[in-house]
Amino acid sequence: MSASANAAGSRSSLRGWGSNLLWTLAESVVAILLAIFVGGIGIVLFSGLLPNHSAFDLGLPIAAYGALWSGAVGWPNGIGSTLSYATPLILAGLGVGLGFKAGLFNIGGRGQFLMGSVGAMTVVTLMGAHQNGLVTIPLALLAGALFGAFAGFIPGALKATSGAHEVVTTIMLNYVFVFATYWAISGPLRLPNSPQPITADASARGAALPIIGFLGRDAHAGILLALLALPLVWFLLFRTTLGFEIRAAGANSDAARYAGMKTKQLIVLTMSMAGGLCGLAGATTLLGVVHQMAPGYDTTVGFDAITVALLGRSNPIGIGLAGLLLGAMRAGAQSMQISPGVPAELVDALQAIILLFLVINILRRWRAKRIGDGPIVKPTETLGVGASAEAAE
Amino acid sequence: MSGIPGALDSIPILGIFFQLIGYVLANLQFMSNTTVAVAVPITLAALCGVLCERSGVVNIGLEGIMLTAAFVGWIVAAAAAGALGPGTPLPFFGVTAPLIIGVVAALIAGMAVSLLHAWLSISLRVDQIISGTIINIGAAGITGYMYSLISSQSLIGAGQFHKFVVPAGVVDLPVVGWLINAILDQGPVGLLTIFIVIVLQIMLFRSRWGLRTRASGEHPRAAETVGIDVIWLRYRNVVASGALAALGGVWLSMEQTGNFNAGMTQGRGFIGLAAMIVGRWTPLGAFGAALLFASVTGLSQSLTISHPTGDLGNLINGVPGEFWEALPYIITIVILAGFIGRSIAPAADGQPYERESAT
Repeated sequence: MSASANAAGSRSSLRGWGSNLLWTLAESVVAILLAIFVGGIGIVLFSGLLPNHSAFDLGLPIAAYGALWSGAVGWPNGIGSTLSYATPLILAGLGVGLGFKAGLFNIGGRGQFLMGSVGAMTVVTLMGAHQNGLVTIPLALLAGALFGAFAGFIPGALKATSGAHEVVTTIMLNYVFVFATYWAISGPLRLPNSPQPITADASARGAALPIIGFLGRDAHAGILLALLALPLVWFLLFRTTLGFEIRAAGANSDAARYAGMKTKQLIVLTMSMAGGLCGLAGATTLLGVVHQMAPGYDTTVGFDAITVALLGRSNPIGIGLAGLLLGAMRAGAQSMQISPGVPAELVDALQAIILLFLVINILRRWRAKRIGDGPIVKPTETLGVGASAEAAE
Repeated sequence: MSGIPGALDSIPILGIFFQLIGYVLANLQFMSNTTVAVAVPITLAALCGVLCERSGVVNIGLEGIMLTAAFVGWIVAAAAAGALGPGTPLPFFGVTAPLIIGVVAALIAGMAVSLLHAWLSISLRVDQIISGTIINIGAAGITGYMYSLISSQSLIGAGQFHKFVVPAGVVDLPVVGWLINAILDQGPVGLLTIFIVIVLQIMLFRSRWGLRTRASGEHPRAAETVGIDVIWLRYRNVVASGALAALGGVWLSMEQTGNFNAGMTQGRGFIGLAAMIVGRWTPLGAFGAALLFASVTGLSQSLTISHPTGDLGNLINGVPGEFWEALPYIITIVILAGFIGRSIAPAADGQPYERESAT
């Protein structure tokens, strides 16, 4: 393979492993840079709507992105904040990416995250006022993963038994779990004798995740969990029989079934594992960041995780990098909103623009044209969705 | 079937069932009016889906199209009202010049977003579910960003369309009065929706365009051999159907309310997608499914507004309020899972079409 990779201009040069990885990285970077540029144009166009800013203020994008940058990596608290935002994004991104590998589109991250938080808070509530963190925290994380897995199991089972598409069922279930979370906060998890519906405070009960001090005041130990999950999911996908079956079912579910794989059980199992990872994201956020649930407890992690998984090509290494990038954007957005006053929703818009340029994939199309590969490029393959060449090999 | 006699043994269940029937009859007018109104945006989204998928393009970006149109319509109407003055409402539906300008802008915005989806999924052959997801994330992000920018301006909207006032004589008609009232007690978008459902049903199954649309959704290669330009047809259908979902957005921000809120579509696009599937990819079926989903909302809204008494009231008191809010979504899942085996998608749905004559 490496010999043919040297033959410049040949079709097989596209298949060289090392160069492919570099090109994939380059494609992502180009998409991100283009999105930053287009986002900058958007900021300029509507700068007149901000108080204290003139219309078409060309300096505003620089100020906004500067604030974003310093909020994300500035010392001492920027890095910790970025890592803290990246933790649930990596965990949930792995959940969505695992689904992609099996050909399943898990948009239910929001509901699974919320159920994970409810699971962890249930343990914190049950364990009473004075707790040993060494006992409570593992139990709470486990409960979060189990609650999330249950939230993922439902659409998986529905798909396996009736064929109801997971895109519709997971979205519907997101709303169901939002209301279930409100009910839990104002009902069974409500702190007795509290004037407002609010749950117990995990940090007051000694169940908060410890802070890794040298990384900044926001850097909680959940980061280690995310770092641990990355190689574990990689191992599962690429070094176990189950992982092979998941990838085979994602590449061609008919072929997988003819080969004797139980594709229905794979769907249920994959969705449950995906839900478990998203639930873990909710549990770490609760125990590491917010500590307490009040009405309105909600998350954007479910949708951000889709961006993370697509940007990371559903590959654990890519998801780690994409999670850090999006975590940095989320962390920086707060300081951007405070100082030049550009709304933090910019990050949501930027995500969509990144994905847009990623699927348009100017670089790959240009390369395919130059090499004379014709228009056979299927952008979905590069995103690790549906039939992926790598799983078929 | 053996479970039913056992259930009948417990008399309170039967009693509560009869109480429920009595309650529904007593509150029929409110419930049916709410049901038809709630069904309007779901139906419009489902119709957009029907047109796209019948020609072979999956569109899960309905939610994003609706949200974009709701925002653009509302903001342009407000800007027009600011520039031209609010204008005197015409004698029907409270129509003013700014509102009309807003509707036109909303329709254009909806079609523009659809054009993006068409370009990504038909020309670039991107995975259509990912394309739709990008539209949903982007619509939520960009409208959220803009709304956040504008919120510092204390903008006053251009108001909303009024409902058609059904004459009292018609409402009081025995037996059918409530039904006519439920259908006609709507704003312009609501009334138009019922009209569009009927027209599309006829066109899809009785016109040349309908035949060509269905052919390119079932077997595009065969359609192309008999001279149908599949790519162009899919483009036209996807872009035109964007106007339908956009009308759903108009209903949200200019007919039901006169306001925009971030994320105000609340999954209606996806419920519309479910209605399309349950309605077997036909306009009339989608409308029926939307009415079915909406009737749950009608019932739960009625239960919270006028509370029933007796055993039924006790039973409902025992159920948390959040359950009633979640019920429409739960019912959508249950019906979808129950119907899906009997509902078959167009054969080429979601498959990008590639012409054979590449040379």
